[in-house]
Amino acid sequence: MKISVTINGALYEREAPENVTLLRFLREYVGLTGTKEGCGGGECGACTVLLDGRAVNACLILAAEVDGASLRTIEGEAQDGEPSDLQKAFARRHAVQCGYCTPGMVMSARALIERNPKPSVDEIKEGLEGNFCRCTGYVQIIEAVLEATGQPATIQEGSHV
Amino acid sequence: MFETANPETLRQIGRSPARHDAEDKITGAAVYVSDMAFPGMLHAQVKKSPHARAKIQRIDVSRAARLPGVRAILIGADLDYRLGLYVVDKDILAKSEVRHFGEAVAAVAADTLILARQAVDLIEVEYEVLPPILNHMDALAPGAPLVHPDLGKYDYVQAVFSPQPGTNIANLTRCRKGDVEKGFAEATWIVEREYTNPSVQHVPMETHVVIAQWKTGDRVEIWTSAQSPFTVRDLFCHAFKLPPSNVHVSIPNVGGGFGGKAGIHLEPLVACLSRKAGGRPVKLQATREEEFSLLPCRSALTYRIKTGVLADGRIIAQKMEMFWDAGAYADYAVNVTRASGYSAGGPYEIPNAWVDAYTVYTNKPYGTAYRGFGHVEFFWGLERHMELVAQTIGMDPLEFRRKNLLRPGSLTLTGEKITEHTGDVRKCLDAVAASIRYGELTPEEKAREARAGLKIGKGVATLHKAPAMPSNTATSVVVKMNSDGSVLVNVGLTEIGQGSTTALAQIAAERLRFPLNKVRVTIEKDTDRDPYDWQTVASKGLILTGNALLLACQDLLAKAYELAGQALRAQACDLDHDGEKIFVRHNPDHSVKFSQVALGYMFPDGNGIGGPLIGVGRYIAQGLTNLNKETGQGLPALDWTYGAHGIVVEVNPTTGEHHILKIASAYDVGKAVNPELIRGQCIGGMVQGLGTALCEGYIYDEQGRLLNPSFTDNKIPTTKDLPDEIECIIVERAQVDGPYGARGVGEHPMISVAPALGNAIRAATGAELTHMPIRSEDVWRAMNRKEPVETWITKTPVGSCKTLPVGK
Repeated sequence: MKISVTINGALYEREAPENVTLLRFLREYVGLTGTKEGCGGGECGACTVLLDGRAVNACLILAAEVDGASLRTIEGEAQDGEPSDLQKAFARRHAVQCGYCTPGMVMSARALIERNPKPSVDEIKEGLEGNFCRCTGYVQIIEAVLEATGQPATIQEGSHV
Repeated sequence: MFETANPETLRQIGRSPARHDAEDKITGAAVYVSDMAFPGMLHAQVKKSPHARAKIQRIDVSRAARLPGVRAILIGADLDYRLGLYVVDKDILAKSEVRHFGEAVAAVAADTLILARQAVDLIEVEYEVLPPILNHMDALAPGAPLVHPDLGKYDYVQAVFSPQPGTNIANLTRCRKGDVEKGFAEATWIVEREYTNPSVQHVPMETHVVIAQWKTGDRVEIWTSAQSPFTVRDLFCHAFKLPPSNVHVSIPNVGGGFGGKAGIHLEPLVACLSRKAGGRPVKLQATREEEFSLLPCRSALTYRIKTGVLADGRIIAQKMEMFWDAGAYADYAVNVTRASGYSAGGPYEIPNAWVDAYTVYTNKPYGTAYRGFGHVEFFWGLERHMELVAQTIGMDPLEFRRKNLLRPGSLTLTGEKITEHTGDVRKCLDAVAASIRYGELTPEEKAREARAGLKIGKGVATLHKAPAMPSNTATSVVVKMNSDGSVLVNVGLTEIGQGSTTALAQIAAERLRFPLNKVRVTIEKDTDRDPYDWQTVASKGLILTGNALLLACQDLLAKAYELAGQALRAQACDLDHDGEKIFVRHNPDHSVKFSQVALGYMFPDGNGIGGPLIGVGRYIAQGLTNLNKETGQGLPALDWTYGAHGIVVEVNPTTGEHHILKIASAYDVGKAVNPELIRGQCIGGMVQGLGTALCEGYIYDEQGRLLNPSFTDNKIPTTKDLPDEIECIIVERAQVDGPYGARGVGEHPMISVAPALGNAIRAATGAELTHMPIRSEDVWRAMNRKEPVETWITKTPVGSCKTLPVGK
């Protein structure tokens, strides 16, 4: 079937079978591979994208369902070659290790910030609960979201003795 | 040896610049093998065994072969190659017998993934199902069915390992120090217990994925999500009897490894599919379910410890028996057994020690390396045991530990002498104890207890680990100067998320005295273009590659000075440099820019001299030996990284539910190269350790079928599982032979989180936990003196199962 979808402001029209997930559609039919597959079962959040502003797991949605909709993916987060403040905070706060969960994590954080511009630590934990990260232990990610929203960022102590 | 770390003069070491790989990872530009595709590429799928142990009676691929678009089908009989890191015991596809649930019995490459899946479904396999050996302790019993009846015929690394043909023992590592029976005779107290933990999955967010192309002339291209490009190449060449020049391994970004991507895994199968498909590239990515059982896990362990203590609280003797559940293949489990065997006593002085560490074959998915390489598992038992011993003899557990810690002059289990430069475990332990205010409840904590009707307890645990690696582990580095005087660094060490790319750039910038933005360390790895490195494992990268990098920078500068000396008509010994230029020390205006010598120097009349500047450095682990197979004596440790955790936990005394209020962790890193990278390792490893401590583990039914191969049934920690407060403490007792005094800390944060929690729960409630993970129901069981869960083999998928008597 023919699927038309606006991704990061640009219109894409592709022929794809009815049973193709949005995740495979993005990665294989549109060629946007920033969105990752971690489990394929809606458990890990690595494939999080914004569907009409709402964070969703692209592996649980059929491409056919988003015909006519507007999507945002990690590739739309930087503008004119300049990473967003949220992305810069992820880099500055060492909120990235292997990087495989990062695109989904950034998109979940983006959705959170858009509905709650100054989230508390507990609200950030709630907002990112569906995104697994096996590397960082989440603290520096939470700090990045705090920094990106103009809040004091260091939430856990580090010290030399 | 390598560059003293005078804090006055350091400009790069000790700072926390952003990671050099961050920009591509935050924008989605970073490419992983799972993102890659090539023209004509086929997609592979694997037919897997639904049985834990069965004879393969018949495989019929005819229906699959008739499916249009299927380009290659392989079964075990087609492939006469056997794999194995240390014991060569594994066929690429099972031949006559399957040995674990999820084992590959056939594979297909087809035009599309959907077609490959359909083809796999059309392959018919008839099995004669046999009763599996699931519990590794049962597998040791005389007369137990043998997982590998041909064990005596397999090749193995004879200098290091000792398989026992005619049994299920893939390896036995022994360590003997002093006279343990004499020590027990002198002891006032003897305390003996057994501790257990189940198999666990690594859970890299990117599952194992390979693209391979077997071209004419037996030339093979491999793109793989692996930790160690040269080990993949060399083991591949060994299996297929190919020269290294025929095999080219490339590794782009890797979505996490944690040990599960060390060694070699899917590469041989995918390459064989490509060969069968006429040389078209073939891609295979494990599903999340396959990651749990087609690919390996972390071994389960049963650890028996018997400790003799003198009247004054000093340990006089300790007998340690480890029973590691290898699963169906030896893979890394035999080496986990070896490394754990010689570390088994922890950072304590034990005058008389006796260790027997067994690797036991069972019909379960096989064990491999996992962050900590056995130490997460055995420190669970060891540090719970130290707590029990202290209680038994009526001494405070912290005091008991302090009394028995290694100190300069102590001998390890293998006879290595500890020096003042080895690292400071005492300082780590004291720091975490102070951080959690060990031994008391603060007024706030008392008020919280009273308010909520909960119990608060505090516990500590120590840890140590040395890199587990061959005695001659080697690495090399090439530093190439660009035309503008900046440098590009090639290393074989893989960036799997640990941040080595950034730390190495800081080391190079420090040694060269260049600004950091003039140093780039490549992220993608390539066996044809990068210099050799053994493997990205064992927390050895910072020391070994760091040292090779320092030597490469030194070599580059020497060559630059030689050329500059000719250009400036000065002796090299009179020269000095800054980030831009080389100058005559007594006449600083007389100088030549690095950019003028980078590609060779040209005199004003056009004469050229020198040539492009390239620095080369190589380094090898020094002074290490194989261990004596009877006594375990020898020098296995390049360095020891010590650490400790302290935990404050709140427990509901009725239900066993618990919540961590604070965790403090300290590690002696020698010298912190990048404190924020260390903090990332510390918190990330600690949270991974919490997963092991709180909830993770394989559950099987009595037929050996894995019941929880998903994130729904095998939880890993999320943001909601974080302790309320986390403190990471860095201790810096310089490693004399480390770069600027640094030593590795990649694995260590995961070790001993579980026993610190177990000890804190004991302090809160008196619950004696001997099995991890520590779920609420386990605490409830222990508080109520119910028998603990003995294994995670169950009639029902709820984790409650058959039990054995306590304390045998």
